[in-house]
Amino acid sequence: MKLKTLLAKHKSAIVKQWINSIVETYPSETAKFLKSKKDQFSNPVGHTIMAETNNLFEQVMEGIDREKVTPFLDRLIRVRAIQDFTPSQALSFVFSLKYVIRRVVGSEIDTEALDQELVDLEASIDYMALVAFDVFMGCREQLYDLKVKEIHSNAYSLLRRAKILVEQPGEEPENA
Amino acid sequence: MDTKPEFKPGNYLYAAKASALETVGLPNPRDWNPTDDDWKLPADWKGVVREGIAQRLERFRTFKLFMDICVRCGACADKCHFFIGSGDPKNMPVLRAELIRSIYRGEFKTAGKILGRLAGGRKLTEEVIKEWFYYFFQCTECRRCSVFCPYGIDTAEITIIAREIINLLGCNIDWIASPVANCFMTGNHLGLKPHTFKENAEYLLDDIEEYVGVKIEPSFNRKGAEILFVTPSGDIFAEPGIFTFMGYLMLFEHIGLDYTWSTYASEGGNFGFFTSHEMMKRLNAKMYAEAERLGVKWILGGECGHMWRVVHQYMNTLNGPPDFLDQPVNPITGTRFDNAASTKMVHISEFTADLIKNNKLKLDPSQNDHYTVTFHDSCNTSRGMGLLEEPRYIINNVCNNFVDMAPQTIRENTFCCGSGSGLNAGEYLEMRLRGGLPRANAVKRVAEDKGVNMLSCVCAIDRAVFPALMDYWVPGTDVCGVTELVANALVMEGQGEREYNLRGEENPSYVPPPESEGEAEGEAGEEGEE
Repeated sequence: MKLKTLLAKHKSAIVKQWINSIVETYPSETAKFLKSKKDQFSNPVGHTIMAETNNLFEQVMEGIDREKVTPFLDRLIRVRAIQDFTPSQALSFVFSLKYVIRRVVGSEIDTEALDQELVDLEASIDYMALVAFDVFMGCREQLYDLKVKEIHSNAYSLLRRAKILVEQPGEEPENA
Repeated sequence: MDTKPEFKPGNYLYAAKASALETVGLPNPRDWNPTDDDWKLPADWKGVVREGIAQRLERFRTFKLFMDICVRCGACADKCHFFIGSGDPKNMPVLRAELIRSIYRGEFKTAGKILGRLAGGRKLTEEVIKEWFYYFFQCTECRRCSVFCPYGIDTAEITIIAREIINLLGCNIDWIASPVANCFMTGNHLGLKPHTFKENAEYLLDDIEEYVGVKIEPSFNRKGAEILFVTPSGDIFAEPGIFTFMGYLMLFEHIGLDYTWSTYASEGGNFGFFTSHEMMKRLNAKMYAEAERLGVKWILGGECGHMWRVVHQYMNTLNGPPDFLDQPVNPITGTRFDNAASTKMVHISEFTADLIKNNKLKLDPSQNDHYTVTFHDSCNTSRGMGLLEEPRYIINNVCNNFVDMAPQTIRENTFCCGSGSGLNAGEYLEMRLRGGLPRANAVKRVAEDKGVNMLSCVCAIDRAVFPALMDYWVPGTDVCGVTELVANALVMEGQGEREYNLRGEENPSYVPPPESEGEAEGEAGEEGEE
């Protein structure tokens, strides 16, 4: 319980450092841009990082619930899943939160003897990482599905004429 | 400038097949792959590049200016959708242009030759060619950066020249080269022969008969028609473009237009534009050659992006003036299209907007009531020809629910779909999702805040690529051409019950006429008499 009070107190510092650690996964010129432009349309990636780290940190504080955390993870991972990252690079941000927390409030955790609470919190972050794996894979699988769908759509009437277009049963419009 | 691109599946486009290059006589046809160490460049490739740059510095004053005048102010840096979406700094327009500017300095300017990097110059190596191939196919030639450049540097033109130069080495992509070859030989990107083109149209005519209850019999290659209609071939075989194609057919039937289709000018798209100025000219020529052969008065053009940029910005110096055509006059309204005085070609949105303005269309916008529509300005029609109001005017007349996206993302500031200029290949989807992120992000805002569920556009590449982009970034948002929305709202003479839309889906906005209750065979015509 006490750890959460400590985290709440240092929330802005933790989130700020967490954001920095994510932004630093990009080249330096890009990192500068991601942090400087606030407009959500001019800088959608930076905006997403800012918004979702905040949301995710709230989730960590509350205790990770798969259903609740998934949309926040999705928005952030959806971007990183199609950028030039390996899977481990794309998801490293989840684990860097542990490092950031220790860096910001580590000494107070020691002095207050909150080790066990920290272990629990880190287990919660690990659980968030597991959900993140699922989200990441979901995005990648969707990418492959979309490729197939796009090939079909791009030659839709040719495939239809050749009678080689197979509709999935149950997807026909009712009464059609 | 020193990080080398790494070619990985998803981030590069497949190399042009030798046969495609041979068909149109492009240099150095061979089998190769961007992931190979040896790109099999011609023996004197450095000489070819140097000569290629020198010729173009001489020929294109813009290129010479753009090489010299950039002061690196950075105004363009964060305006590119590929930079915003990928986070790769070499996609900042200033740095992408620097890839060729540094060679220009290193090879052509005394200071650069002597001082090298100190004067911003670098040497021409094979790595440079690979870098050009990688990055100049991550520019969609959308020109958004040029809107923000205080000097008016058009980075698209730099990309155009850079691609032209690597073409001299045979380094093109297949998604451009094969459509170019097909288009040159057969008239359209897929190489559909005349009978296939016609049969496809017939399929869609059957659909119109089934869903709208109107039988339409258009003509093909008919000499003496007043107007030749040309649209991208994607509209005749790709979903959702086919619904726009059905829309054209219904619109022209509705007003009794004297027009014809050409099975050779069966492609508005001009991938020659992404190859070289010469190739652009060769493909643009066929539309006008067909117009002359068929003896039409003028050309009406469908919903296409770069066809319009070519016609609007290059036509007369390429193939013009087309003196054998008349200045376009709308035969239904009498409106003279002065804006088309030199090209003799009118955009379907200009034409439709004129029809609406003159009350020549019977419209029931409530047929689109289940849509909340937004409009994506195609880069080519907005920045390339200034077509900003007409599509919005049309949509507002055929739909009751229209919402524009954020002002910094539309009109002249529009964000590219991320797949233009020949980058819409399947193998490139991952990269395209990066490039399309800023556009999709703006759609997402209006989808979440305003309930937008339909993204309309006037470009065939948009229609082809947005469905995947929307599925990934804004699920639940459909994609259509503006003319499909027009067709939905058209009250056709002799039409049946409009229970289904052109997509064959139940029309949620369909309201059965009260008289038809209990009368299974109620006449559709009664509605129009009220």
